[in-house]
Amino acid sequence: MRRFTYYEPESLKEAIALLEKNGETARLLAGGTDLIVEIKQEKKSPDHLVSLRRIPGLQEMDFSDGELCIGAMVTHRMIEKAELIRDKYSLLADAVDNLGSVQVRNVATIGGNICNAAPSADTAAPLVALGARLVVEGPAGERQIPIDEFFKGPGKTDLGAGEILRCIRIPALPQGAGSCYIKHARRKAMDLPLLGIAVIIVPDANMVCREARIALSLAGPKPFRAEQAEAFVTGKPLSEEVWKQAGEIAVGESNPRSSFRTTAAYRRKMIGTLIPRAAAVSLQRVNRAWMKG
Amino acid sequence: MAVKISFKLNGEDVSINVDDHVTLMDMLREEFDLFGAKEGCGYGECGSCTVLVDDKAVNSCLMLAVAVNGRSVLTIEGLAGPRGELDPLQKSFVEKGAVQCGFCTPGMIMSAKALLLEKPCPTEEEIRKGMAGNLCRCTGYAKIVEAIKAASERGCSCGKDS
Ligand SMILES: Cc1cc2nc3c(=O)[nH]c(=O)nc-3n(C[C@H](O)[C@H](O)[C@H](O)COP(=O)(O)OP(=O)(O)OC[C@H]3O[C@@H](n4cnc5c(N)ncnc54)[C@H](O)[C@@H]3O)c2cc1C
Ligand code: FES
Ligand code: FES
Repeated sequence: MRRFTYYEPESLKEAIALLEKNGETARLLAGGTDLIVEIKQEKKSPDHLVSLRRIPGLQEMDFSDGELCIGAMVTHRMIEKAELIRDKYSLLADAVDNLGSVQVRNVATIGGNICNAAPSADTAAPLVALGARLVVEGPAGERQIPIDEFFKGPGKTDLGAGEILRCIRIPALPQGAGSCYIKHARRKAMDLPLLGIAVIIVPDANMVCREARIALSLAGPKPFRAEQAEAFVTGKPLSEEVWKQAGEIAVGESNPRSSFRTTAAYRRKMIGTLIPRAAAVSLQRVNRAWMKG
Repeated sequence: MAVKISFKLNGEDVSINVDDHVTLMDMLREEFDLFGAKEGCGYGECGSCTVLVDDKAVNSCLMLAVAVNGRSVLTIEGLAGPRGELDPLQKSFVEKGAVQCGFCTPGMIMSAKALLLEKPCPTEEEIRKGMAGNLCRCTGYAKIVEAIKAASERGCSCGKDS
């Protein structure tokens, strides 16, 4: 592998200073499951790697006042095992459940997944559906970025020079919400998604849809909310038929591309098929999620 | 640049000077002559380089050696007891014929070790999921799953079958 200098700063301040000093030749290192692969493949060639592993606080998850805060260095494995996430934010648990292997999930982080900004990132659609806000620290101090403004396209984010993602804030979901993420892939394990479908449903007591969120990845140049489909289901009874129509509306809002992995036509077809499926699972989960209080 | 790191390797405290860009796998093989972890792909896909860091399975081909400073590393070479008595997993891999060419075996056993450390009595589904990051081109996996089940029954006190 290419030679580089490795640093283990012990504070964000120190890490930011290292990034500022070394500019374009420096890269942050989290779990390395994207970056080390890219360095080995000579797609990236940093001279300085700034590891985040010794910076306190980044590996913590905090749930208070209904808001969930996930540190950038929290691994997929930690998310997978967090009961609170499985119960209340099932779609996020779904996203990490089949992300890579145990070996990958033990080191790969949610921050790395988001900052790498691969169209196939499994946590992207769930975080977009959840309306996450990214807390970023940089030379000019702290700022918060709504996740839909963070992704700028494949491999591109809103992060500026010297900026580091500190944590991901997820606002409280309405009481009674159920959710699901479907990773549509060719294999059950060790495969990247062809499509990512995230759904959150909030029904009222009569099973009429109070609120619905649908976020898609690999259905366009970046993850997005299918707002017309969401508006269509809101206020309607949560029937299979309604969701089928919502699926078709979302197809119309999508602009998937053909890649070496599959065609745009197939992706379009599957968006229509999988949205009702994700909605059905979300509905089944409505009670489970909130009975536990 | 070479950095001095200290860590626990198979139960022993060790220190070494290692270059920043060297992977954990290369350090184990080239500096410590531990050839159990093998490079199948080098990209995190196959699991033949699996070792445990702080009791968790990782791909040593994607981890930098410098990142294990202060931590504890367990490789297949450290599994057997002080007088060479095999770990229950090693025994059952032998008994069940879960080894053919053997290239994947150290990684398989280390992944299985991590699984059983965390979950002494996994179900078959949990075994298959826990082992999803380890590829084998020879056995067809059935005997590997059987061997892990047998080892878990040996070491498990919950009385459950699988
Ligand atoms: C075998 C294998 C299978 C995989 N399967 C999947 C899969 O199924 N689904 C999926 O989504 N991904 C998958 N991945 C990709 C990868 O594991 C994930 O994207 C992972 O979450 C990346 O996290 P990391 O901590 O390893 O990031 P790193 O590789 O350390 O970093 C990735 C990028 O983000 C930047 N970065 C990291 N942290 C921060 C931060 N806090 N602030 C600013 N920038 C930061 C880094 O500079 C780098 O450019 C797979 C990878 C492998 C090797
Ligand atoms: S060599 Fe490390 S996963 Fe294949
Ligand atoms: S025994 Fe040959 S690869 Fe598994």
